[in-house]
Amino acid sequence: MATTAMTPAASAYRAGLYEWLTTTDHKKIGILYLVNSLIFFFVGGLLALAVRTELAMPGIQFFKEVVYNQLFTMHASFMLFLFVIPILAGFGNYAVPLMIGAPDMAFPRINALSFWMLPLAGILMATGFLTNGGAAAAGWTSYSPLAEKAYSGMGTDLWIVAVILIGTSSILGAINFLVTIFKMRAPGMTMFRMPIMVWTMLVTSVLVLLATPVLASALIMLFIDRNYGGHFFDPATGGNAILWQNVFWFYSHPAVYIMVLPAMGIVSEVLPVFSRKPLFGYKAFVFATAGIGALGFSVWAHHMFTTGSVYLPFFSLMTFLIAIPTGVKMFNWIATLFRGQLTFSTPLIFALGFVSMFLIGGINGAFSAVVPVDFAIHDTYWVVAHLHYVLFGGSVFGVFAGVYYWFPKMTGRMLNEGLGKVQFVLMFVGVNLTFFPMHQLGLVGMPRRIADYSSAAGWNDLNLLATVGSFIIGASMLPFLWNVFISLSSGKPAGDDPWEGNTLEWATSSPPPPYNFDRLPEIRSERPVFDLRHRPRPESADLQLAAEASAAPESAGPAGHH
Amino acid sequence: MTSSTTAMTTEHGAAAHARGGISNPILGMLLFITSEVMFFAGLFAAYFNVRAAGPIWPPLEFADKLHIFPLVGPATVLLILSSFTCQVGVWAIRRNDRRGLTRAIAITVILGATFLVMQAIDYTSLYAEGLRLDAGPFGSTYYTLTGFHGAHVLGGVIMLSVVLYRSLSGQFSAAHHDMVEATSMYWHFVDVVWIALFSILYIL
Repeated sequence: MATTAMTPAASAYRAGLYEWLTTTDHKKIGILYLVNSLIFFFVGGLLALAVRTELAMPGIQFFKEVVYNQLFTMHASFMLFLFVIPILAGFGNYAVPLMIGAPDMAFPRINALSFWMLPLAGILMATGFLTNGGAAAAGWTSYSPLAEKAYSGMGTDLWIVAVILIGTSSILGAINFLVTIFKMRAPGMTMFRMPIMVWTMLVTSVLVLLATPVLASALIMLFIDRNYGGHFFDPATGGNAILWQNVFWFYSHPAVYIMVLPAMGIVSEVLPVFSRKPLFGYKAFVFATAGIGALGFSVWAHHMFTTGSVYLPFFSLMTFLIAIPTGVKMFNWIATLFRGQLTFSTPLIFALGFVSMFLIGGINGAFSAVVPVDFAIHDTYWVVAHLHYVLFGGSVFGVFAGVYYWFPKMTGRMLNEGLGKVQFVLMFVGVNLTFFPMHQLGLVGMPRRIADYSSAAGWNDLNLLATVGSFIIGASMLPFLWNVFISLSSGKPAGDDPWEGNTLEWATSSPPPPYNFDRLPEIRSERPVFDLRHRPRPESADLQLAAEASAAPESAGPAGHH
Repeated sequence: MTSSTTAMTTEHGAAAHARGGISNPILGMLLFITSEVMFFAGLFAAYFNVRAAGPIWPPLEFADKLHIFPLVGPATVLLILSSFTCQVGVWAIRRNDRRGLTRAIAITVILGATFLVMQAIDYTSLYAEGLRLDAGPFGSTYYTLTGFHGAHVLGGVIMLSVVLYRSLSGQFSAAHHDMVEATSMYWHFVDVVWIALFSILYIL
């Protein structure tokens, strides 16, 4: 008895657009998350190109400082709040119920609500561009007093409301993931048989649940400051600007793990499949993930070293400690690849991009944790280099690994491998051309968030190089879009399990039916589909056992399996 | 074989997932309350930060104002009492006593609404005394903390009213009353927040 018979439910799908607008199916909601997030990724990317265009040469060429401030603020806000966080939640939405053998999320209608808040919030945030003062321009960190009434207009109010909406969406999503993971696992799917992707979503959801409400309260206090004469954060009226930084980073540091842990989960699914080996050190990886989550709450003040009001040794030490679980993961990934039978398909290539780029982002991050070094490089382009190596070199490569890995499952068709490799090469070259020079720019003192710099500063060549790189990144999206466009209609049919995967989503059809599974394989390890493929006994004996099982369901334990 | 592999022979489906323990809606409510705790933690952190920065707390001009309103004590008693009446309702429906549930929840709704009315009167008199949202850090923190608590009481009263309506139309039984349990948990949480707020604003 290796599979379990189920009664297929009646088709739950209605036709066309109406179905997509009203769906409560986690797979369709997951795809909606992905599409919506990618739209904001492209818009945010265009804003980044505008920023890089202005910085290509010294002097103000295209955008005045006022506009420039809006450009980089909205670039970061779109990328963080409307792209990275939601797209990873989208992968979680699509994959988690399938991976644990559940028919859907625990609360399907709340799931739909979580999604539909996002486009609403995105539009709200973007309408800032239409107001008199322009869009939010205080940076995505919205430090006081820059974000107070005196220095910023209605765009900031719209930004605050939008981010609260996005936070609410995240919290509802996190509750949904946690209940789904704790309560909806298929029989046999114990916690330590769950795919790593599910573990990373679990830890991410705990981070969202505990950190995001603090951001909501901070934003509400900022809103009260701005609109009802509150005195929380403005020093001029008796408030405390450092208080804002504390509550903001109490959310936003855990948030950087919210932005990368699920991408680590994707990579940890991809590497074993394309190395033909189990993930090295499964339990160590799980504990490392939990460790990153726990430590993530004790390092927020490392963003505030130069304020002079935080206890430097503690926060520096805790920041270094995070390098340990992260190093464990890096070791696990490399050990998984070691002596594996690698097939260099697009998901693996993007996953390797993640591992190598994230390594750089981790090392320059640990470097920044040294207090005296941080005093020198704080608010310089070094920080911009670091965060982009983690978020673009890390998360975005993870996102594309996930897109290439699960596109066949979502659509039933393969993406084109050749175009995928062209995209990867352009992206990899572009990322390093753009962000590596920023290390040097930071070390020689170029501050972040400036629209102009002196041509005598010696920053011209590296800035031009970074701008060229950014346009290569932009160009890398063209083969991707073309690839999706042609593959949707004429891609190679995928079949149920094109990659010979390990986890349960590969045990159902592509795309899966509304209720996910006609049959579930027996779950005896964290690789149930691998087990199914490499069963020791011939198929006929299995059928015979299945017949016995249906005759006497209680007594038909799989006694012959071990 | 272990019990987990024997379980493979059961029918797969939604029912198969609902294995013992806490139900999905109640776990969801507990997680939601966890996030609410963190939300208030942010507000409390701001309060203590501002308070620690002020030389005298409450500021001299408001030192006697908070105590001129004699109803805040009774309001606190009523809210604490409402937690007990709410729990009586939960115990009633666990015994399948729908009438008892309806009676207890009706009393709870009245107590919650009374608390809100008292808070409104409190606000009016404080406002007249010059303690406003824009009256320095004290006014900002006072109204933000009590205001968000009041909003949560309002949310709780609305949820309790839905419970009352559903109870009157006989939708709950000893086997099916997740919403009653979940609403009651939320109501206790709102009560505990008020006890903390009352302590830091009026006693400490």
